[in-house]
Amino acid sequence: MNWDLVLDLAIMLGKSLLLLVCLLVFIAYILLADRKIWAAVQLRRGPNVVGPFGLFQSFADLLKFAFKEPIIPSGSNKGVFLLAPLISCFLSLGAWAVIPVAEGWAIADINVGVLYILAISSLGVYGVIMAGWASNSKYPFMGALRSAAQMVSYEVSIGFVIITVLLCVGSLNLTAIVEAQNTSWGMLRWYWLPLFPMFIVFFISALAETNRPPFDLPEAESELVAGFMVEYSSTPYLLFMLGEYVAIMTMCSLTTILFLGGWLPPFPIAPFTWLPGVFWFALKVCLVFFMFAMVKAFVPRYRYDQLMRLGWKVFLPLSLVSVVVVAFVLQVTGWGPVH
Amino acid sequence: MNASAAFFYLFAGVTVASAFMVVTSRNPVHSVLFLILAFVNAAGLFMLLGAEFLAMLLIVVYVGAVAVLFLFVVMMLDVDFAEFRQGFLNYLPIGALIGLIFAVELLLVVGAWVIDPRIVSTPVAPIPANLTNTAALGQVLYTQYIYYFQAAGLVLLVAMIGAIVLTLRERIGIKRQDIIQQNARTKATAMEVKQVPSRAGIEETV
Repeated sequence: MNWDLVLDLAIMLGKSLLLLVCLLVFIAYILLADRKIWAAVQLRRGPNVVGPFGLFQSFADLLKFAFKEPIIPSGSNKGVFLLAPLISCFLSLGAWAVIPVAEGWAIADINVGVLYILAISSLGVYGVIMAGWASNSKYPFMGALRSAAQMVSYEVSIGFVIITVLLCVGSLNLTAIVEAQNTSWGMLRWYWLPLFPMFIVFFISALAETNRPPFDLPEAESELVAGFMVEYSSTPYLLFMLGEYVAIMTMCSLTTILFLGGWLPPFPIAPFTWLPGVFWFALKVCLVFFMFAMVKAFVPRYRYDQLMRLGWKVFLPLSLVSVVVVAFVLQVTGWGPVH
Repeated sequence: MNASAAFFYLFAGVTVASAFMVVTSRNPVHSVLFLILAFVNAAGLFMLLGAEFLAMLLIVVYVGAVAVLFLFVVMMLDVDFAEFRQGFLNYLPIGALIGLIFAVELLLVVGAWVIDPRIVSTPVAPIPANLTNTAALGQVLYTQYIYYFQAAGLVLLVAMIGAIVLTLRERIGIKRQDIIQQNARTKATAMEVKQVPSRAGIEETV
């Protein structure tokens, strides 16, 4: 028996559990924040009954979902029906294995971190398609078809935006991407400023990729009841909900890492550097999430053909051209990374 | 047995089992789902070989995009299973031929390895020690094999244009939204204020 291996495994398991617990608690409050911000924009109070200021609302919701009876439609394909929420929840949690929340604080600091996240998020579409098909009902099926087309379309432009960042960094490792933004200029040299158009494209594509409003067509309630989730109740529904919010968190932290300098303080001088990196990371993730929530509150839902037009006719050419432009500029000026 | 061997047997076992299920399962959608499982486990095998870029690419391209379209098509088809079995005997010879070719190729690979192990241990383009395999792949692909790479790209481009030409049909007589034109509208171009004389009205202008 190799004890070093066992110890390594135990440490990795401990780290994963710690990250999981922190992430889930964070998400409970992000969910509440989402509802509160949405309410504030519409001049409502939002959830304010459970606990002080409604702080325990998410936990009450969790218990409610967990104790209700899961209903499985008799016409459904049972195995696939129950597998779908599990897949969408586990995959989105799996993406967090490579995300560095502070210097050296990643469970797996792998060489191809960005590609791993891209791969995992591209797998996320299967949860939706499987749910839609296994429900054996027309609205879920329509929702699944829409979702698949939408996620595949926006992945393309997300991929190109990531390539522009990678051209500047010269590595696919997430830690290296953050380190490349670590200069004495602080936040002025994070990639959001030099690659500003790509930052916007990435943000909007991230909204579409996570099925957030204004691109929540897979579950457009005015057309499809609740889209691919129509037939789901109690814990399976909870898993979908959780998976969706974890995916949103992943996208927020990816935005933070690619464009907002990850765990770096805004300026590398005294009062900012006293605070630990994980604080800055969490702050930036919250900031990006605030933008997600505001967009949900005040942008009306797109029509489906407009969504496709935006993805294929605006973002794809724009990001493709910018890959060429960025590569050209880096080559001509010699600012690019040196191998 | 060390960890990498354990993972190898896990991934390899699941790959073979799910590949078997692809062929045997009665429901075509289940077949595609098993195919996806096989792809993902094959990616795991690539990862064990140290080809992490290839592994991720397999998932992003094949599982994330190609298999989604595949699943789409299969889900939309209304498959009649009885009809399926009738055609079985017609397809048997060609299926057997393809299976035979695969078996011979597998035998050749394993045979070469058994006869002379140096064949597999001397790669044509070895990875330089100080590079990650993503960078190494990029250097080989964009310097040494750039013409082949571009040629492959051209083939794909032709295929894409072909697919678009085959499916594009210009529908006439339907309303289209021209977003640029819509956004370019101003108050001056969109509306006109007219004085309407009492009891006389005005001519309608279109």
